[in-house]
Amino acid sequence: MSSALRNFILHILVLAVLVVLFFTVSEYHSGNLARIMVLAVYAMGYNLLFGYKGLLSLGHALFFASGMYGLGLAMEHLGTSAALAMLIGLVSAFVVSAVIGFLALRTSGVAFMIVTLMFAQAGYLTILLAGKYTRGDEGFGIPQADRAIAGIDLSQSDNRYFAALILFAVCFLFIGWLVQTRFGKTLVAIRENPERARMLGYDIQKHKLIAVIISGTLAGAAGAGYALLFGYAGATFATVQYSIYPLLWVLLGGAGTTIGPLIGTIFMTYLIDISSEYTSAYMLIAGLALILLTLFAPHGLAGVVRKKLLPWLP
Amino acid sequence: MEFGPYLFFASLEGAITAAVLALTAVGLSIVFGIMRVVNVAHGEFYMLGAVIAWWITSMISAHPALGFVAALIIAPITVGLLAIVCDYLVLRRINYDPERTIVATIGLLYVLQQTTLMTFGPEPRPVEAPFNKRIALPWFEFKEGGFALTWPWGLSTTTYKLAVIAAAVFILLLLWLVMSRTRVGLIMRATQLDSEMAQAHGIPVNKVYALVFGLGAGLAALGAVLVVPIQQAHYLMGGDPLLLSFIVVIIGGLGSVAGTIVAAVLIGMSDGIISVFFTPTLAKIIATLLVAFVLVFRPQGLFGKPEL
Repeated sequence: MSSALRNFILHILVLAVLVVLFFTVSEYHSGNLARIMVLAVYAMGYNLLFGYKGLLSLGHALFFASGMYGLGLAMEHLGTSAALAMLIGLVSAFVVSAVIGFLALRTSGVAFMIVTLMFAQAGYLTILLAGKYTRGDEGFGIPQADRAIAGIDLSQSDNRYFAALILFAVCFLFIGWLVQTRFGKTLVAIRENPERARMLGYDIQKHKLIAVIISGTLAGAAGAGYALLFGYAGATFATVQYSIYPLLWVLLGGAGTTIGPLIGTIFMTYLIDISSEYTSAYMLIAGLALILLTLFAPHGLAGVVRKKLLPWLP
Repeated sequence: MEFGPYLFFASLEGAITAAVLALTAVGLSIVFGIMRVVNVAHGEFYMLGAVIAWWITSMISAHPALGFVAALIIAPITVGLLAIVCDYLVLRRINYDPERTIVATIGLLYVLQQTTLMTFGPEPRPVEAPFNKRIALPWFEFKEGGFALTWPWGLSTTTYKLAVIAAAVFILLLLWLVMSRTRVGLIMRATQLDSEMAQAHGIPVNKVYALVFGLGAGLAALGAVLVVPIQQAHYLMGGDPLLLSFIVVIIGGLGSVAGTIVAAVLIGMSDGIISVFFTPTLAKIIATLLVAFVLVFRPQGLFGKPEL
């Protein structure tokens, strides 16, 4: 069996499991899963840059928020249809990530982390400053009647689950395909040995910029999808915490694997969900997870599986 | 009311911000300069300093000054020791790898902050200043027959606020003396220049790192103890000092202590002045963008020389 076919079957199997889960788990969990799938798109976008390209950004919440507010503000103030607003969300994330990528990629390593952090912080503060339109921390709801594409009401929980699944599936298969292409393999080559890749004639800056743009646009797709499916846009989603989350999900699930982001998002969301029932200090779990993962399992869950059981895992 | 007295008042408020900021940022700066790592949990060490100060002053009820002096000594040392434990348990084990250190200290940030939330609670708590005499701010006015002193209504400062500025200057001078005139300082500077060569000459680099990490955290805590009678102790108070310290350290040039102090005065003063006249949010946006652009276009900082 060729590796491309094997990977394709694996991806289809994951999607099939998600379909089966909808019919087997309770409504509470399927609601959770819908949210997890949208956030997993965010994590996958992050993973492309961090896992495959080796660039650690601390400012992805800016791209997530670009998508979210691109869609939200268009629907709230311009009264556009959901489908058009989704497109506006994607375009704003695309533009923002292109500009930030162009600037931030002049730096590398620790400086890149701080520059992305600062840009995201400036973006968050701008949302607060423009409180007249964005309603700052409080955020705004998107009316249920407007949340429909082609006549399908996306606020209704069954439709919402499958809309989330479709968004997830498209991005999941896209990433699965992308990392198998020449472009994806070049990204890994640059991560492993930038000097050598440069000597072989690859334009490193161009590859990095494209990776930032794809990663940021996927994050924006997740942000726009989240606002559309759950009917809310708020400045909380632009805070540093929302830049840390995808890092945490990807580290936990396994950086540089296609299914790692989904696994990490599921585990972490449930971990925080369960612990927030007991204490308001639930971010303690996130902090401990970050430290323990850095110390003992830098390759995450899928990384361990790949090392011990399935060396071919994409 | 005239513009002049307000500007005078704003720059005095700015000087207090600058003094505390200088202490906190120098702590971050020496950790970066010597260990080459960015400590994202720095703001939490600051917060812990304030929280511990509240604990100590609320336990010693004899006289506010007695409790405060005890806090001034005990809080930075406790925080410094805690930082050394963190260094031993976490940073040393990942070999001070720059990127993994950032991820681990982000984790540390949440652990410290959330543990404080669970034990200390979500409400802000005040600490009484050891002395707090109100001083009306004088202003010169040109009248017939020469200058005359006036006291514009309502503008005042306190003796404590002035003492904070003096204390910060004293501590920074002391730090400079230690760094430039003592054997410990010499060892630190040697480690900063070339840690491998220092190790080869028998300097216990790991111990130096632990000490520096503790010293950096202790300086942040000291700044917080000084400021806590003016602000209040709160479990989320570490965020702003962290951000401002980042800004100061980057603008002053990564790892340059002198540049850090100059930048702290610059940023602290302008932050104080801008927040009196404009919205603080706008001031923060400008500051964060400034940092991002300095890193992008002038990575050696505004005052640093380009590296060869």
